[in-house]
Amino acid sequence: MSADEKTSSPAIEISGLSFSYDAVPVLEQVELVVPAGDFVCMVGPNGGGKTTLLKLLAGLLRPTAGSVRVFGLDPFREKSAGIGYMPQRAYVDPEFPVDVTDVVTMGRLGRGGALGFYGREDREAAIQAMRQVGLYEVRRRHFAGLSGGQQQRAFLARALASRPRLLLLDEPTSNLDLLVEEDLFQLLADLNRETTIVMVSHDLGFVTRLVRRIVCVNRRVFVHPSSEITGEILSEVYGGEIRMIRHDHILNGREAG
Amino acid sequence: MNEFFQAVRDYDFMQRAVLTGLLASVSCGIVGSYVVARRITYIAGGIAHCVLGGIGAAYYLNHVHGVAWIAPLGGAIVSALLAAVVIGLVSLKGREREDTVIGALWAIGMATGVLLFYRSPGYTQDMMSYLLGNILMVRNSDLALILGLDVVVVTLGILFYNRFLAVCFDEEFARVRGVRVEFYYLLLLALTALTTVLLVTVVGIVLVIALLTLPAAVAGHFSRRLWQMMLLSILASSIFTTGGLALSYGPDLPSGATIVLLAGAVYLIVVVGAAIRRWARRRAEVPR
Repeated sequence: MSADEKTSSPAIEISGLSFSYDAVPVLEQVELVVPAGDFVCMVGPNGGGKTTLLKLLAGLLRPTAGSVRVFGLDPFREKSAGIGYMPQRAYVDPEFPVDVTDVVTMGRLGRGGALGFYGREDREAAIQAMRQVGLYEVRRRHFAGLSGGQQQRAFLARALASRPRLLLLDEPTSNLDLLVEEDLFQLLADLNRETTIVMVSHDLGFVTRLVRRIVCVNRRVFVHPSSEITGEILSEVYGGEIRMIRHDHILNGREAG
Repeated sequence: MNEFFQAVRDYDFMQRAVLTGLLASVSCGIVGSYVVARRITYIAGGIAHCVLGGIGAAYYLNHVHGVAWIAPLGGAIVSALLAAVVIGLVSLKGREREDTVIGALWAIGMATGVLLFYRSPGYTQDMMSYLLGNILMVRNSDLALILGLDVVVVTLGILFYNRFLAVCFDEEFARVRGVRVEFYYLLLLALTALTTVLLVTVVGIVLVIALLTLPAAVAGHFSRRLWQMMLLSILASSIFTTGGLALSYGPDLPSGATIVLLAGAVYLIVVVGAAIRRWARRRAEVPR
């Protein structure tokens, strides 16, 4: 993708969006434009609508009103191969007979022919994704035998396997230990050179060092450049319950923020 | 046991019985693995019992109204598919409690069957053979139907393996990838319906669930991936049907029940074995 293409059409365009579950409003009058190549973090209180917004972008939910466009397409109607989605905590049946490779390869679904058999390209993409998240060594292990953090990384690899143009991550750090978190940090920074990333995170230290813009979601949506994020704005969003924590991640060769 | 081998050599009804068991095992291994992995045994049970309604209806039409174009197994197929679609739609879209709907269909299907058999001449004997299965009574026409169902189930079950696996493992993610989740879920239930019809001839309605789940459950203990589970459970099911037939032949026991008890015994051994192994490993890890 050339630099021109990147800037010409936005990755995400949301206008006049409202969404309610059984007449309970979750999101109201959301306006949001995310240019291609951006790195956006969604923050906000629990129940504020972050995950719902991510699911609307993934095409899992249909807006009650307004429109969602991802690279110009309605994700609910036209499933594009360009979206990689990592759920917050997918329910995993501890006895389900799949190994790590099986799960990651599922990220290639919908790319092949009518029957969905996987070809060599699919297998290679899955292997590359497993290397990226550091799971290549355990690729033949029973999926349920992995630790919670490893399972989460497998779900990240599954999202990466489709080589998406837009990566949607719901709380990618919630289950990881600190060491792996560093690696994830670096990986996301690398990926962001070609991929637009939208993630939900509570980990504000992680967020402010890496992300370009913060989207505060609490029924309404407000956008801030990450440099502007102050305790004041955050306590406004979270209702004064939050403290700013800086992890001071060290990133070589890349200016964060 | 020698008696059994002699009988297989000498009588074609015995050959048909063994062949029926083996053919049913193929579908049973593939679909049973999906059913066990996706934990929809109860749905399969509901579908299996609804089958009696369809069989009863066809039987009634045959014997009371002289309608010849639908065989009891044809009625079974129709009612099984109908039950699969109803249960599938309820589980995907419905606001009713899913297990309540399944339980209701289960009972209504059975009751319909009983009523229609009761109104037909000579009902008890025939109804019992559908409820409990009689693999020794399989006719050539039944065998052809079983073979046809087998081809359909195996072809679709293998062709859509990746889609079914994804839908069973993580419905939401499959949806993001553009897989038509509802379609494949209903198709899987339809395959389950056809397989229960197949199994009705082998072990009967009451015992279908055992043959659908026990071989897959045994295989699940030795497999890390779904296709391994399928192959192993085809093997296990072949052993159970043929072995059960052999064990029941000499002492003249009911074949369906013998097959299921053999499968149940092996399952029990595997489960207890796995528990003992876990216990031994834990003991070995405890420092002295």
